[in-house]
Amino acid sequence: MSTVLNPYLAAYPALSAVLPGQSLAWLQDIRAEACARFASHGFPTPREEDWRYSNVSALDKKNFAPVLAAATPVIDAEWLRQYQLADAWSLVLVDGHFCAALSQLHGLPATVQVVGMAEALQEADERLASYFGTAVNSAEHGFIAFNNACFTDGVFVHIPAQVVLDKPIQCLHIVTQEGALATTRNLLVLGDQAAAQWVETFVGTAVGYLSVAVTEAVVGQNASLTAYKVQCESEQAYHFGGLYIKQARDARCNHHNFAFGGLLARSDIHTDLAQAAECELNGLYLGGKRQHIDNHTRINHNQPYGISRETYKGVLADRARGVFQGRVVVAENAQKTDSTMNNRNLLLSADAEADTKPQLEIYADDVKCGHGVTVGQLDEKSVFYLQSRCIDEETARNMLTFAFANEMVDKVKVKALHELVLAQVLARFPQQGINQDWL
Amino acid sequence: MLSIKDLTVNVNDKKILKGINLEIKAGEIHAIMGPNGSGKSTLSHILSGKSGYEVTGGSATYQGKDLLAMPPEIRAREGVFLAFQYPVEIPGVSNVYLLKAALNAVRKYNGDDEVDAMDFLTLVKAKVKALEMDEKFLYRAVNEGFSGGEKKRNEILQMAILEPKLCILDETDSGLDIDALKIVADGVNSLRSPDRAFIMVTHYQRLLDYIKPDFVHVLAHGQIIKSGGPELALELEEKGYGWLEEGQVTA
Ligand SMILES: Nc1ncnc2c1ncn2[C@@H]1O[C@H](COP(=O)(O)OP(=O)(O)OP(=O)(O)O)[C@@H](O)[C@H]1O
Ligand SMILES: [Mg+2]
Repeated sequence: MSTVLNPYLAAYPALSAVLPGQSLAWLQDIRAEACARFASHGFPTPREEDWRYSNVSALDKKNFAPVLAAATPVIDAEWLRQYQLADAWSLVLVDGHFCAALSQLHGLPATVQVVGMAEALQEADERLASYFGTAVNSAEHGFIAFNNACFTDGVFVHIPAQVVLDKPIQCLHIVTQEGALATTRNLLVLGDQAAAQWVETFVGTAVGYLSVAVTEAVVGQNASLTAYKVQCESEQAYHFGGLYIKQARDARCNHHNFAFGGLLARSDIHTDLAQAAECELNGLYLGGKRQHIDNHTRINHNQPYGISRETYKGVLADRARGVFQGRVVVAENAQKTDSTMNNRNLLLSADAEADTKPQLEIYADDVKCGHGVTVGQLDEKSVFYLQSRCIDEETARNMLTFAFANEMVDKVKVKALHELVLAQVLARFPQQGINQDWL
Repeated sequence: MLSIKDLTVNVNDKKILKGINLEIKAGEIHAIMGPNGSGKSTLSHILSGKSGYEVTGGSATYQGKDLLAMPPEIRAREGVFLAFQYPVEIPGVSNVYLLKAALNAVRKYNGDDEVDAMDFLTLVKAKVKALEMDEKFLYRAVNEGFSGGEKKRNEILQMAILEPKLCILDETDSGLDIDALKIVADGVNSLRSPDRAFIMVTHYQRLLDYIKPDFVHVLAHGQIIKSGGPELALELEEKGYGWLEEGQVTA
């Protein structure tokens, strides 16, 4: 037992007094229970199977502190334009607080509810109370408990049954203060047969900070959610962001996960599938310098006829380390489950590392489940082929690396987001020879 | 144009080419035939600069320069083109992008300006049409999911765009049905010119009905054991390689 009190716990009594939702007994219970769990377990350690490749012990020494003042932040408009999607409804969170002034909700159908989480709690929104915490389990790991205990704000989005949104909703997380702790909590609810596109973007203007974000998505029967996560945190940032999805019967969910930034970044994408629900999880992680990028996915096939498709790709340069842990659990009665998982890694330097661990736990007997992983260098036959077509070796290697990553980028169907992601990929592989006029 | 002298090549310490001699002048078409595993693709690869081979002796001089000393892309820009026996699939790189990048690399090497985007499209579309390919192929990833015949046609498309001086076709006819063979042969014939030479590796006389060679060579066990005119191919078609190989042993 450590004699030094964890700095986050030491700061908690003062923090808890100013967190939103003071008057809500159900929330106070959740917070108290989460705090107790965090006090006894702390942040996850590599002794936990799901965290064996990622050591987060640095956080206890850093003591990142929450930003309490929610004054209107000053953010360079030009800079913001890089990340705030045109032709989308956007919700901006700055240093852990919803900022209405920077958000853009014009033209949103009146039936769709979009509100800051703190405000929704203040108003004791009943729908919020009924869905909150239904897609995520606080006991899963320390960051979820931490988030439950400490979240300062976030957004609550409710899209009623049958409503089909024609533009994406973007939640843009920005951290602007050095040493800040941004703990945010989002809840996204799609009613039966609703359809929406949801984009979460994580960026920072400060250098070192900690972002702990949890989003719950509750997707109704036969509803359709296309979700994107674009993580472009600053170079020295710590990022722990999880999306926890609960798909009702026949619901469809496509998720595209782009992990580009952060010194130590961990992403958890979990989904629970009811009968005949389908999910597609795609991911691209690019690591350079000393970045550590960890991707954890979990697909729970709880009922029969579910379909899951998963493809994650990693490109790792310098001394970067990439982790992919993909877990698929097929419950005993989830017969006729159809699941495939694929993880491919490209190592661009001898010091780069990729750890890949697909985990299939199958308790049903009539299922179709497959998985494949590769870790390797560029295919030399392809390099030679391009050279034989007049292209110099360096450009050939750049082209092939870019092509490997671009396959995932091309899956993005929101035009403005495609441009954003492509720009990020190009910026992370500064290479001549890749001109952008793909005709 | 190309002069190969006593060329010997090892792969993993195994002797594959055991003293190749070949003189190719501009305007000529040379067919190289020979049994499986005799070293035909090895020779093609060596000329275009693929790594993994060790040249243990001899030389290859191309337009007065030491070909074997050049990196592969320089050989290509100098006009050496290999149509692969097994073209490589490159997911994520579109055909049209590769064609443009390749053409611009040659133009830059020759001190010319980059090709204008509109002119380029006009050029490419004309060539695509001549090869009776669907324009959709341009926007697909290089060779990805192409049938065997489509891949071979795609190689000829690249050749038609790059207009090389020394064209090495490694079994471009294998796997083509008769209609596709005619189209490919027309494509090759339209490139015939007094300042361009061809090396055609093939197993089949059929190709040589459409593209008439000036010389036919038989490569067996890493050596050219017989050379002759077009009539040699007919003889091979009839008798196989056995009689030549026996002759070599007793010689
Ligand atoms: N990388 C390699 N390692 C070991 N042996 C090799 C390698 N590449 C080629 N060889 C051997 O070299 C010999 C010549 O191969 P090559 O591909 O040049 O034959 P080929 O004449 O083109 O045959 P085919 O008509 O079947 O295309 C074969 O015995 C082959 O197995
Ligand atoms: Mg061969």
